[in-house]
Amino acid sequence: MKSLRFLWLTRGRQKLHWTDVLSYAYLVAGLFVMFAPVLWLVVSSFKTESAISQFPPTFLPYSQKTVVVAGHDKPLPLFKVAGEGGQVRELAQVSRIGIMATMVDPAKPSDTVQVNIRERVPVNELKLATSNYTDLFGKFTFGAYLWNSVFITVVATLLTLLFNSMAAFALSKYQFKGQKAVFLLIIATLMIPPTIILVPVFLVINSVGLLNSLWGVILPAVATPTGVFLLRQYMLTIPDELIEAARMDHASEWRIYWRIVLPLSAPALAVLAIFSVMWRWNDFLLPLIVLSKSEFFTLQLALNSFQGELNTQWHYLLAMTVITLLPVTLVFAFLQRYITTGIASAGVK
Amino acid sequence: MSTLELRAIQKSFEQTHVIHGVDLQVAHGEFVVFVGPSGCGKSTLLRMIAGLDSPTSGDLLIDGEKVNAISAADRGCAMVFQSYALYPHMSVYANMAFGLENAKVPKAEITQKVNEAAALLRLDTMLERKPTQLSGGQRQRVAIGRAIVRNPKIFLFDEPLSNLDAELRVSMRAELRELHQRLGATMVYVTHDQVEAMTMADKIVVLRAGRIEQVGTPQALYEAPANVFVAGFIGSPRMNFIPAATARTAATLAGNVPAQAQQVGIRPEHWLLCEPGEGLAFEVKAAEYLGAQRLLQGQLVDGTRVEVLIDGERSPQVGETLHISTRADRLHAFDAQEQRMTQVTA
Repeated sequence: MKSLRFLWLTRGRQKLHWTDVLSYAYLVAGLFVMFAPVLWLVVSSFKTESAISQFPPTFLPYSQKTVVVAGHDKPLPLFKVAGEGGQVRELAQVSRIGIMATMVDPAKPSDTVQVNIRERVPVNELKLATSNYTDLFGKFTFGAYLWNSVFITVVATLLTLLFNSMAAFALSKYQFKGQKAVFLLIIATLMIPPTIILVPVFLVINSVGLLNSLWGVILPAVATPTGVFLLRQYMLTIPDELIEAARMDHASEWRIYWRIVLPLSAPALAVLAIFSVMWRWNDFLLPLIVLSKSEFFTLQLALNSFQGELNTQWHYLLAMTVITLLPVTLVFAFLQRYITTGIASAGVK
Repeated sequence: MSTLELRAIQKSFEQTHVIHGVDLQVAHGEFVVFVGPSGCGKSTLLRMIAGLDSPTSGDLLIDGEKVNAISAADRGCAMVFQSYALYPHMSVYANMAFGLENAKVPKAEITQKVNEAAALLRLDTMLERKPTQLSGGQRQRVAIGRAIVRNPKIFLFDEPLSNLDAELRVSMRAELRELHQRLGATMVYVTHDQVEAMTMADKIVVLRAGRIEQVGTPQALYEAPANVFVAGFIGSPRMNFIPAATARTAATLAGNVPAQAQQVGIRPEHWLLCEPGEGLAFEVKAAEYLGAQRLLQGQLVDGTRVEVLIDGERSPQVGETLHISTRADRLHAFDAQEQRMTQVTA
C-alpha cells in the first residue's frame, strides 16, 4: 500500500504540476529504455525457432496452429485458404513441393487439395514455446553448466565472506605495526585493472595445476579489496568495549571474531554477499581463460559458445540468457535494501 | 580471599604520562572507589587491573601473586563497562552465559548459575529479550549479572551509573551496596561523582593527574582532607577557601589559624551565625531555598566568594550583612604547598 502510494506521488495537490508531468515523462522514458530490451528478450525466449526468424517480427510469441489429422502421425500446420467461391476454409498442410502445397481438410482426411502457397495464410495463435526451456535441460550439458556456475558462485562467495571478514577484523580491531600500510596496500590493488593481471593469474593457475578446474576460477577471486574495505569500515563502528567485554569473558580471539564481530557485521556481509554473487555469476574473462573444456563451462561461457560461426540456435540462446539473468535479478530484487542500508552505514560512522 | 595490590604502577601512552607511580592496597571484601576529575587516570588504572591495558612499569598483585603477564581472561576479574557492552545480538540469557560457555562449563551448570544471577537481579522474566528491548536500569543489571555468574575474585566497575537518570542512579547505588554486602566480594568502582563515592565506598581513592591525592574512608576524607584539592573535591556544596589573612581578622577564628597557613577551608554547612564583631562580615548576594536548609551565596569584606548553609527557616534578605564563624575543629588550614597543616587545638 505504502509503496503504491509512493509510486503515484505528485507535487501538485489537486492538478498535476508541470514538474510532475516532466518527471513522470522522464521516468517512463527511462523505464522504456532500460526495460524494453529485457522485456523483448524474455518474450522472445518463448518464441519458436521459426517465429524468431519471422519478418516483420511480432512482439508476442505467436506460432502456427497445428491440428491432428487422422492418417498422419505428426500434427499438421493449419492454413486459411480462400476458395473459388470466396469462402475461407481452414486446411492442414500435408506436404509442399515448390509453390504447390498438398492440403487436407481436417474434417475430411481422405480428400487432398492442391493449393498455391500464395493463396494461403498461416493460422497463428498465441503460444508459449516452453520447449525452449525444457529442451535445455535435456539437450546439451546445460545442467552441468548451471551446476558449474552455481558451484563457483556459492563457494567463491562463502570464501570471500570468510577471508575478507577475517582481514577486515584484523585491520579494524588490532593495533599492530604497519597496519595502515597493509590496509593501503590492499586498497591500492583497486587501481590495477583486472585485465592487466590476467596473464600473470593465468600463469599462476597453470603452474599450480588448476587449469580446467572450478577451483582455478574460485581461488583467484576470493580476496577482494572492495570487500575488505567495506567490512573494515563497518567493523570500525563496532564498539571496542564489546570486544574487551568478550575478552574478559574468556573468549578466544577466534570466538570473538566468530561469535561477536561476524554476527554484528551482518548488514555489511549481506552487501558483500550480493556483490560477490553478482561478480562471480557474471564473470566471463577469468572462466574463459581458465576453463577450456566444455564440461567445465559456466553458463556465461556456454552462452558464448552457443553463438556458432554459421548457425545460432537463437531460441535456445535466448532462453538460456533469461535463465542466466534470473539469479542476479532475484538477488537484487530481494536484497537491494541491504545494499542501500549497508553502503550507507559502511561509509558513514 | 581476594586482595589487590598496586606497586609503583606507571603508565604512559607514547609520550604522554598518564599514571605517575600509584601504590595501593585493597583488602578482601573491600568496596574501593576511585574518584577524580575526568582525565585523572582512574579508568586507565581500572583497565590495567582488568588486564585490558598493561602498565609501563610497576607490579600488579592479585592475592599476592604478580599478574602483569596474565591475560585479562585469566585474572579472575569481571568488569562492568560504562556503556554496559552487552552483546546486542544475543539474548539476556546468552549474554550472561557467554563467559561460562567460553570457560567450557557444563550446560546444566550454566543454566543454574544464570538463573541464580537472574533471580538475584530480578531479571528472570526477561531472559529471552534482547538488550535493545531493555531499559537502562535493566541493561545495567544484565551487565552486572554477566559479571556475577563468573564468580570473579574482583569486580571492576567503570562509571556504571553515569548513563542512568538521577532517580535510577540513587536506587542502583543502594542495590550495588546491597549486592556487595551479599556477595562479600572485593569491588573496585570508578566514578567522577563524589556523591557516589561518598555513599558507596568503604575506601575512597582520590586521584588527580595520575597521582593518588588521598586514600581513606569517606568520613576521614571529609573530616581531614589531605590537601586543597581533596578538600574542594569531596563534599557538596564545595568547601569555601579563604585567605589566612582574612580569617585572622575574625576574633573567633584568629586563634585557630596557624602561623604558616596560606588559606583556610570551611565547609558551607559548618558556618555558624554569630554576633557582629565576633566573626566575618558576610554580605548575602543570593539565596537558594533547599527545604530543610537555605544556601546563601555572597562575599566577605575582602571580596572572597563564600557559600553558607543555614537553617531553612531563617530567611535573610539579599543585601543583608550576616556575621559568620565556625568551630575550631571544623577549620582546615593549608600551607603554601596547599597541604593540610596539623590542627592546632585552641
